[in-house]
Amino acid sequence: MEGNMNLTTTGSADIISVHGLRKSFKGRRGKGRPQLVEAVRGIELAVAEGEVFGFLGPNGAGKSTTLRILSTLLPADAGQVSIAGFDVRTQPREVRKQIGYVSQAGGADPLATGRENLLLQARLYGMNKAAAGRRAGEIVESLGLGEFCDRFAKTYSGGQRRKLDIAIGMVHNPRILFLDEPTTGLDPVSRSQLWAQIRLLRKLGTTVFLTTHYMEEADALCERVAIMDHGQIVAQGTPTELKGGIHGDILSLTVNHVENAPEIALNVLRELDIVREVKSEGGSLRLVVSRGGEALPVVLRLLEGRGIGGADIALSRPSLDDVFLRATGHSLRDEEAVIAAGPARSTETGSAPAPHGAKE
Amino acid sequence: MKFFRDFRVLFARNVRGSLRNPVWLFIGMFQPVLYLLLFAPLLKGLGSVPGFPPGGAYTVFTPGLLVMLALFTTAFAGFGLVDHIRNGFVERILVTPASRFSILLAYLARDVAVLLLQSVIAVMLAVLLGLTVSLLWLLLTLGLMVLTGALMASCSYALALLLKQEDTLASVINTFATPLLLLSGITLPLTLAPKIIRALASANPFAYEVTASRALFLGNFGDSAIVVSAILLAGLAALAFLWAIRSFKRAAA
Repeated sequence: MEGNMNLTTTGSADIISVHGLRKSFKGRRGKGRPQLVEAVRGIELAVAEGEVFGFLGPNGAGKSTTLRILSTLLPADAGQVSIAGFDVRTQPREVRKQIGYVSQAGGADPLATGRENLLLQARLYGMNKAAAGRRAGEIVESLGLGEFCDRFAKTYSGGQRRKLDIAIGMVHNPRILFLDEPTTGLDPVSRSQLWAQIRLLRKLGTTVFLTTHYMEEADALCERVAIMDHGQIVAQGTPTELKGGIHGDILSLTVNHVENAPEIALNVLRELDIVREVKSEGGSLRLVVSRGGEALPVVLRLLEGRGIGGADIALSRPSLDDVFLRATGHSLRDEEAVIAAGPARSTETGSAPAPHGAKE
Repeated sequence: MKFFRDFRVLFARNVRGSLRNPVWLFIGMFQPVLYLLLFAPLLKGLGSVPGFPPGGAYTVFTPGLLVMLALFTTAFAGFGLVDHIRNGFVERILVTPASRFSILLAYLARDVAVLLLQSVIAVMLAVLLGLTVSLLWLLLTLGLMVLTGALMASCSYALALLLKQEDTLASVINTFATPLLLLSGITLPLTLAPKIIRALASANPFAYEVTASRALFLGNFGDSAIVVSAILLAGLAALAFLWAIRSFKRAAA
């Protein structure tokens, strides 16, 4: 089981190492001519055994593409990927034995019960009937699938489906589990249940590599986070390190509708020593200040002196979104809003998760 | 052996899936049964027309009907696969160490099994209507159907992995399958056709298959079309299988 053939040059503790990874697709945007879309543009990363590692970034950033290359589903154009000491390109079968992978779409067979789904997967990983039955029973127990595991998967709620998807991905006790957007579209209760499950895996020593576009999720779950945008990693570190890199607090407020109020505010605030960065979008200002408690009254007084009133004033510790904003120049939340509004879908994964058809 | 275990487990899953959604089995049978009930009787009056092959209406028509079943039901096998690509099932299987060969073969074996079941039902219905055929020749004919089913299903899977959408898949399949069907003499024998159509049909492997099946139903084992069509279909099925397995190996993209 142990990947003793560690031929790569990275530290021996790294269970995943990626160098210079690149991938392009021939893509079509609307009716335009097909053009080459660079989905992944030179990724470097390393994950230690037992770590929970997160890819944070908006849809279309290249997270899923990277994950699918790492799990042998997609060939890379360039670069090296080593998983548990095995090369994904030359030893895909060895890699597959080490990993579990749960795609965004999931992969549960809608015309089978949850338990049948688990049995099938266990058998494909080489367990005999008896062992597969035992293991399915175990996982039903530990993930709490008991009340629905003997119903057809097509009858499941979103949360139940996702639990089953993840159960399928870990039925063979993989050393590494890849989870692509594990909680997207789930209600808060299901989400926190899945978080608990992922933490449990961590305790059992499984390496978890997940993607998310929720910064709260990356913050709450991951020991290390790589922030991804347009196919590149723009920042990497523990959430604390990343947020610490901002040095200060975030002060956000909305200015009133006096003419040119945002511009005036921007100009006066830039002069303050205590203000490190100011950004304005529409009528709302976002400041990085060195000591929030002291800065707040100073800022408000100064604005008031110019006849500008502030509303929706909030002082907060930097979040990963602030890290994202600084690294990319745009906010992860804006991206989410744009995506929710529903313009052109990302071509990143080829096929969008669709309603669960039951055709055979 | 690992290959056989993977195959068995996946084949069992595919068969179970079909049994749980038997409506597709019957939808596939609907058209051939209509032809048998509403079209074959029209041939009864044609027995004396010059160029019409020997044997009764059902002996002439049932072999064509079997080829039609084999062509059309398996040609749409890719639809199920598109569904499986979309709900992530294909990736979920591809990420396991299961042999890619066994994955494809488990799909094909299910399709061929369904086709055989449909063919047997169609033949039984034809027997009730007046067909007589010896069991041995019938089995050989079904052998040709197995090759046809494997060929069409393989092409359908390769196309499904390429196109990944039901609507484009349907139009591509219809574009190819309809002329193949019309140029194979399934409904009316090509011996009745003008020269130019016969010339076109001579490039159609399924035309040989229809001729071969008719010869088998009559017990004319000496007819060269039997060997020709068996070799053609086996060769094409092997090529289509290679195409499909290649597509599976680079599937996920």
